[in-house]
Amino acid sequence: MSALHSPDSVASAADAARVRIRSRSVVLDQPNIDTDQIIPARFLSTTERSGLGQHAFSDWRRRADGSPDPDFPFNRPENAGRTILIAGRNFGCGSSREHAPWALRDLGLRAVISSEIADIFRNNALKNGLLPVVLPESAVRALMARPDDELEIDIATRELRTPDHGVFRFPLDAFARTCLLEGVDELGYLLSRQDRIQLYEERFHAR
Amino acid sequence: MTATPKTLFDKLWDAHVVVPESEAAPAVLYIDLHLIHEVTSPQAFAELRARGLAPRRPERTKATLDHSTPTLPADAHGRQPYSTPAAQAQVQRLIDNCRATGIELFGFDSEQRGIVHVFAPEMGFTQPGMTIVCGDSHTSTHGAFGALAFGIGTSEVGHVLATQCLLQRRPKTMAVTVEGELAPGVGAKDVILHVIGAIGVNGGTGHVIEYRGSTIRAMDMEQRMTLCNMSIEAGARAGMVAPDEVTFAWLEKAPRAPKGEAFEAAKARWRELRSDAGARFDAEVTIDARDIRPTLTWGTHPGTAIAVDRAVPAAHDEADRKGQRYMGVEPGRPLAGMPVDVVFVGSCTNGRLRDLREVAQVLAGRRVAQGVRMLVVPGSGQVKREAEAEGIDAIVRAAGAEWREPGCSMCIAMNGDLVAPGQLAVSTSNRNFEGRQGPGARTVLASPLSAAWAAVRGVVADPREALRPASPTPEPQREVA
Ligand code: SF4
Repeated sequence: MSALHSPDSVASAADAARVRIRSRSVVLDQPNIDTDQIIPARFLSTTERSGLGQHAFSDWRRRADGSPDPDFPFNRPENAGRTILIAGRNFGCGSSREHAPWALRDLGLRAVISSEIADIFRNNALKNGLLPVVLPESAVRALMARPDDELEIDIATRELRTPDHGVFRFPLDAFARTCLLEGVDELGYLLSRQDRIQLYEERFHAR
Repeated sequence: MTATPKTLFDKLWDAHVVVPESEAAPAVLYIDLHLIHEVTSPQAFAELRARGLAPRRPERTKATLDHSTPTLPADAHGRQPYSTPAAQAQVQRLIDNCRATGIELFGFDSEQRGIVHVFAPEMGFTQPGMTIVCGDSHTSTHGAFGALAFGIGTSEVGHVLATQCLLQRRPKTMAVTVEGELAPGVGAKDVILHVIGAIGVNGGTGHVIEYRGSTIRAMDMEQRMTLCNMSIEAGARAGMVAPDEVTFAWLEKAPRAPKGEAFEAAKARWRELRSDAGARFDAEVTIDARDIRPTLTWGTHPGTAIAVDRAVPAAHDEADRKGQRYMGVEPGRPLAGMPVDVVFVGSCTNGRLRDLREVAQVLAGRRVAQGVRMLVVPGSGQVKREAEAEGIDAIVRAAGAEWREPGCSMCIAMNGDLVAPGQLAVSTSNRNFEGRQGPGARTVLASPLSAAWAAVRGVVADPREALRPASPTPEPQREVA
């Protein structure tokens, strides 16, 4: 295997948990799930990051009379504790609100699988330990059909494995992968380049 | 030796790379202008405080209040009628954060306060050749000036505050060329809805769009902003238009743009900001302006755009069926004729002076149909003042519509301005997502002309009828009581 970071190099159990995500899945078989659905605007008046999970998919979780809709996937008891979401194409489109990945993390999710994930959402998700997994539509369909299979997502090898030995490779930016595996944070990285930023400002923005 | 032809995007990107991109890490990209508002900034300031960091270049960040702000006037004591204590606390948090860090805030005491994407171009903060970001996806609006402008998340707001930089992978480029003259009654909003309908809500994913062609050149700055604003609705990172004399004329009047010699020098630099002949784009789309008619949406995402005289298409999949159920529309039947409950004119898409003029043109001497609530919300203090100087507020009020204070209002329904469950709104905003204008609210996206005509008729209607003086179409059947 040519992976830069082999799972063997990971010491503690906590690190191992960071490298692998194991769970059955929750399925939302709909394309174009926008961030207004993930977390409606009326919950954005917060100045905190935490506590948004209770409002995730708020308008889909309840029926017209306000009672919980027992059929909505996140209301079904068998889905409790699942950390992988499989959704239709173009997941996370629309508003740039980072409240969307905050809400999904607060729900306990660690990965979203879709055949296409919107740009800003994908960026925001990676900064919050929510792994965007993009697979071909056919693979997504196959996984959606078997939500009770325990999937294993390996960040180090960029592989998703199914119990019947199916293996799907997914794209993951090398930098994002390093950040997830080694707990590097982007702001820390940017701060480490301050000398270059200073130089740039002197050269191009001497105004 | 001839240099490789570059696109406008290439020129902007190359000029802002602090550390080049590699396989192992994205580029460090310098940000010239950072805009913030109350909704997506508090957690970023908290992060900086937690790390003991201060903004690196506070003068490059400008703040305004728009999303959670009331659009009804303050009371006699200057108290704002906030819809919730949380909204008030959020606004106060931005005021406090700006005071603590020395960031210039255009707050309630400023005549220029407005929607972030309306006020910054008016002030002249938005300039050609800049990189501009904001914790808001409609930052793409500023691309109308030939800037590279895109939305970011709250973590990135913190990155820009602390380092004036962002980590970015180079996006792909797409040229959308629109050629020809637009028909009467067809505007920039119809063009962009048509484009999104053509390429799809994910058609621009991973790309920066450059809008080109004779149709775009003929547009004024306000129309170009409407166009670039909705680039994100096609999934694009950004939209841009190369600057020209139209752009320079706007900037010459803007209070905080360069003045005198500095302006002339800047103009000389700005003239270089266009795609070279022969520059290659990763994708190209060409659209004939003559194919564009007044365009509206039938579903729950902006890709469901159709010309007003076309029938709602058959559902392709379960998602379409769900959208049609939610909207209460039937395949095979046109949208025209659907009863309207609410009409909203405003937002960073269509809350500028030109938009309000178009609305006033339709409303003058007419009344909003009985049973229709119409809200007209200027995009900024400047738009409001200029519109009032022209008597637009009087026309709006005389027609029976409400004239409000500037803000995002019913575009996002965070400030108490909302559409009731099940009601149908014709809106000049940019998103028709389920519940966007209030839980259960149904939204038809439309141009200012279409919205105003729908208000008068009380039903979704073809705005070209309003332009024909001797129209065979009956004038408003429903009289105001
Ligand atoms: S007007 Fe609407 S889209 Fe524009 S910034 Fe405000 S909420 Fe966002």
